[in-house]
Amino acid sequence: MTEIAAFIAQTIRIAIPYLFAASGGVVAERAGVVSLTLEGFMLTGAFAATLGSFYSGSPWIGVLCGIGGGLLFGLIHAVASIRYRADQIVTGIAINLLAVGLTRFFLLMAFDSSSNSPRVPGFGITGDAASLTGALLRNPLVWLGLMAIPAVAWLVHYTPFGLRVRAVGEHPAAAETLGVPVKRVRYLAVALSGILAGLGGVYLALDQHQFTDSMTAGRGFIALAAIIFGRWEPVRAGLACLLFAAAETLQIQLQGMQGIPSQFVQMIPYVLTIVAVGGFVARSTPPAALGKTED
Amino acid sequence: MTTTIARRRVEEALLPPLVALLVALVVGDILIILVGQSPSAVFRLMLSGTWGNWYGFGQVLYKATTLICTGLAVSVALRAGLFNIGGEGQLAAGGFAAAVMGLALPPGTPGVVAIPVCIAAALAAGGLVGAIPGVMKARFGAHEVIVTIMLNFIVLAFLNWIVASHLHVPETLHTPEMRAGTVARLMEWVSPFHGSAVNASLFIAIIAATLVGWMLFRTRAGYELRAVGLQPDAAEYGGVRVGTVWIRTFLIAGALAGLGGINYVLGYKHYYEEGFGGGAGFLGIAVALVGRNHPLGVIIAAFLFATLSQGGLAIHALVPKQMVEVLQGVVILAVAAAVPEVRRLVSGARGGVAA
Amino acid sequence: MTASSLAVRMNGIHKSFGPVRANRGASLEVGTREIHALVGENGAGKSTLMRLLAGLYAPDAGTIEIATPSGEMRDVTGWSTADAIKAGVGMVHQHFMLVRTLTVAENVVLGREPVRGAMLDVARALRDVKALGEQYGLRVEPERLVGELSVGEAQRVEILKTLFRGARILILDEPTAVLSPLEVKELWGVLRRLRDDGATIVLITHKLDEVMDISDRITVMRHGETVARMETRDATPDVIAKAMVGREVALMGTRNEERGSAVDTATSSALVPRSSLSVDTLVVMNRGLRAVDKVSLSVAPGEILGIAGVEGNGQTELIEAIAGLRTVAEGTIRLGDRDVTNASVRARTEAGLAHIPEDRHRRGLVLDYSVADNLILGDQHKYARGARSVWALDDARIGANAQDEIRRFDIRPPESALPARSLSGGNQQKIVIAREMGGSYDVLLASQPTRGVDVGAIEFIHAQIRAAREAGKAILLVSAELSEILALADRVAVMYGGRIVATLPRREATEERLGPLMTGATDTTRPAA
Repeated sequence: MTEIAAFIAQTIRIAIPYLFAASGGVVAERAGVVSLTLEGFMLTGAFAATLGSFYSGSPWIGVLCGIGGGLLFGLIHAVASIRYRADQIVTGIAINLLAVGLTRFFLLMAFDSSSNSPRVPGFGITGDAASLTGALLRNPLVWLGLMAIPAVAWLVHYTPFGLRVRAVGEHPAAAETLGVPVKRVRYLAVALSGILAGLGGVYLALDQHQFTDSMTAGRGFIALAAIIFGRWEPVRAGLACLLFAAAETLQIQLQGMQGIPSQFVQMIPYVLTIVAVGGFVARSTPPAALGKTED
Repeated sequence: MTTTIARRRVEEALLPPLVALLVALVVGDILIILVGQSPSAVFRLMLSGTWGNWYGFGQVLYKATTLICTGLAVSVALRAGLFNIGGEGQLAAGGFAAAVMGLALPPGTPGVVAIPVCIAAALAAGGLVGAIPGVMKARFGAHEVIVTIMLNFIVLAFLNWIVASHLHVPETLHTPEMRAGTVARLMEWVSPFHGSAVNASLFIAIIAATLVGWMLFRTRAGYELRAVGLQPDAAEYGGVRVGTVWIRTFLIAGALAGLGGINYVLGYKHYYEEGFGGGAGFLGIAVALVGRNHPLGVIIAAFLFATLSQGGLAIHALVPKQMVEVLQGVVILAVAAAVPEVRRLVSGARGGVAA
Repeated sequence: MTASSLAVRMNGIHKSFGPVRANRGASLEVGTREIHALVGENGAGKSTLMRLLAGLYAPDAGTIEIATPSGEMRDVTGWSTADAIKAGVGMVHQHFMLVRTLTVAENVVLGREPVRGAMLDVARALRDVKALGEQYGLRVEPERLVGELSVGEAQRVEILKTLFRGARILILDEPTAVLSPLEVKELWGVLRRLRDDGATIVLITHKLDEVMDISDRITVMRHGETVARMETRDATPDVIAKAMVGREVALMGTRNEERGSAVDTATSSALVPRSSLSVDTLVVMNRGLRAVDKVSLSVAPGEILGIAGVEGNGQTELIEAIAGLRTVAEGTIRLGDRDVTNASVRARTEAGLAHIPEDRHRRGLVLDYSVADNLILGDQHKYARGARSVWALDDARIGANAQDEIRRFDIRPPESALPARSLSGGNQQKIVIAREMGGSYDVLLASQPTRGVDVGAIEFIHAQIRAAREAGKAILLVSAELSEILALADRVAVMYGGRIVATLPRREATEERLGPLMTGATDTTRPAA
């Protein structure tokens, strides 16, 4: 039983950043804005949280700073792709590069290191596996992360804002003729995705009690894969996050045993996503206006 | 009238990169002032550390070589209306194949045989990885952006596994040195380049750019490729098999990115090492964007980004070299934002041409 | 009409889009409680005028006034869509503005959502939409996804959207173009009920039977101007038609009869000439529906077969299937003796097929390519310098071809290096005509060959098509303009619901007979196709 509990605890621990980022990304994508940016949002969130937590000594200040960092980058992405109608894929890549560059630059400036920050206060204690469950339960960000997907599902499906998000991502011209402020809806959706993905980064940094260079290590792209694999439905995307996290956990727990190389486990989310967009199982169809920048 | 249109096209092509450079300059100034240095001193140092001495210049040329290839890989695809974000994986596959081919060849194979064979291996491997999103799009309607992104991770993980489990030199993350197929470094011919990694791959990249330009603008294949990019329905009407062009274009794009792998493998280290690309695949998107998808523009943009990258090292004493990573991001963001804006301004300013 | 009963007054409206002058001094007065028909040929500026009223654009000059509830006229020139909606002006666009992935109710309430706390009040939305539909006889199930609806149902959702926003002035842009006759009847019922309820309705149309059927008053537009205004009860179709085209409309009934008779004899006798194009029980699917349903037809050398019909009845799919741009589900297509049912576009071109596509901006031209490059589209493989297909294109021959065709087809300006985008609509169409008709071919598919081009170009294009017939080409002509079909065709086939419901020799094809056929009425005297 303890093995199962440890498995579940480890899965959740790995899944939390995915859940945050995917819940944010799904809103932006449903509003028609491409979320290649999740990686960058997470990284800035992580770094800002580290700064905040380090200088204030309070992880809560860190959380606020992380939200601010994600939001700031979300707004940069929104201004470029909505106001200036820049290609969203290109801005996404630029945002990610910018996030890596800026966090490295300020890591050096603030902590005089090119690899990692000093230890900063986080929530609870991490360490040995036995107390992992307890540490998780004491971490408010875990609860927040578990709630993110249901909250976003509710937002998208049961609120007026969600209805507008869905309309704007499918047929912005139709929404426009009904007086729906298309740009404002998109700004809000992208800002929300910045905040939520930023929180994913906050969790990472505070869980490890430090910021390390490029610590998100592709998690934003796994979250994006989960969104696509979940066919742009919040709940399905959340389940995909858990699935991907469970596969990673399995790989960690089976380490040492000869069998499937870890690289092949790492491939799982990406292979599944390709399979999904290829329509081999059930076709993933993106929102009709995703990535379109029309006048 | 023809000249008005020509001028408008030139403005549309050149203004966004210029605006972007200006924005990058401003952001750079802010960062430099933030560290307490003088912008003019830093930029002078950047220039003297790159174009100002033989070694720095050689390194710029070396870095530009890979970027020309990955930039072309993105440009060619964009000309056909396809977004190739798979440069990282294609580049790695190309480098890996070249290194393995160099290992497989009998020692002492003459360069005239070995080099073309290794280059062909790089082209083939990159092309193979590139063709996957093309086939996925043409046959199953899968969006190439998603497929290429995901494929990057898959290819890199796969190569990582092969090298780690079968091919690596103990205590390292790289393959053994090639037995044949290496190309000469320029310092063997021009001694002041001493120490710099620039090698004959540069000429191969420039030849590739020339061939791409010829193919795009002077051949039937290019005529059809560009038509597919501009108006796929019109191309189909004109007897072009759009799906075939997608596959063919991705094959070419992948091969071009794969070709970039020879710069490091054949020309510099003579082995494949995990992460040798150093983000050149992604930077290829920036190069294509700033180079406005024209081979000549790609070459110029590759030099620009190579200068930034090498310049970062030169100024490290004054300002953290990470500043250039920020500037790269700023340039891409600014070009992306300026392109639609400039198009609107240029066409809005003069209205319709011929009524 | 007294001023106090006015609902809308538009005066001296000018609106240009780049070089195109859509409205030049148009004026319109619509009374309350009336169904007002705004009629005119394609491109007369009807839709533009109404979009100005609905706030989608601002006019370059002129004033727009709307009656306030107290009956005074308020200047609303240049208002926004949001303002227009607020003031009770709603427009149902020709191309539906519906979100396919949302339900009917969600589409209707979008932007004006009922809420309970922070939540969308779905139950109330469903209830309201259902009640509204019942009130006006707009049958539609509010919980269904819009993507699953028929065209008629989708249109009802569009009308519901405007009513939900309290529209008192309702604009419908060519609402019947996509409807079956039964659906049209239902729509008329809805519109009458709305009028009797106090609403004002403006109906954009170019179909005279509809105008006579439903409207109370009529405004006729031509070339961006309003040229006539009349009470429907005082009008006759002839009078309206004359106002629409600006001349006697005798051309609709007569054509070179002497020639028509020769062909009629040929088709009705046993001596059927070898056909250049023959289509046998063709079925083409589109979005799961049989867009073309067992169509058979044949066109002989030196003959023009015109296909008449309301747009959206399978003409596009039929032509694209013959051209090789759509997969054939069943049946065969032959060019001469050759079965090309599954042949590539290029193979068909080589078998002698030429094709003027209905949409030159999407298919017919690569707008950013030069005139010279557009003039070789489809023949690009013949302009290679070497034998191998990838070899360089021969610029000298491409240039010579361009100079030749620019001269022969009078393309202006005569500069082959200009991008096709920068030419006028008529000259763009001449590029397509020159390319398709300038070389050698046996069979011509001409789909909407004069759509959106000026009068001079129309005459030129018609002359080209007639000359091609004299030269022995087999021509399949599709046009939404009945007058064009009647002016050119030797035989007229009518398409409805994906089928050819009748094929008539030219002299029997009168507007009176074709009209009902086009709207689905059965013809008692149907000859075999």
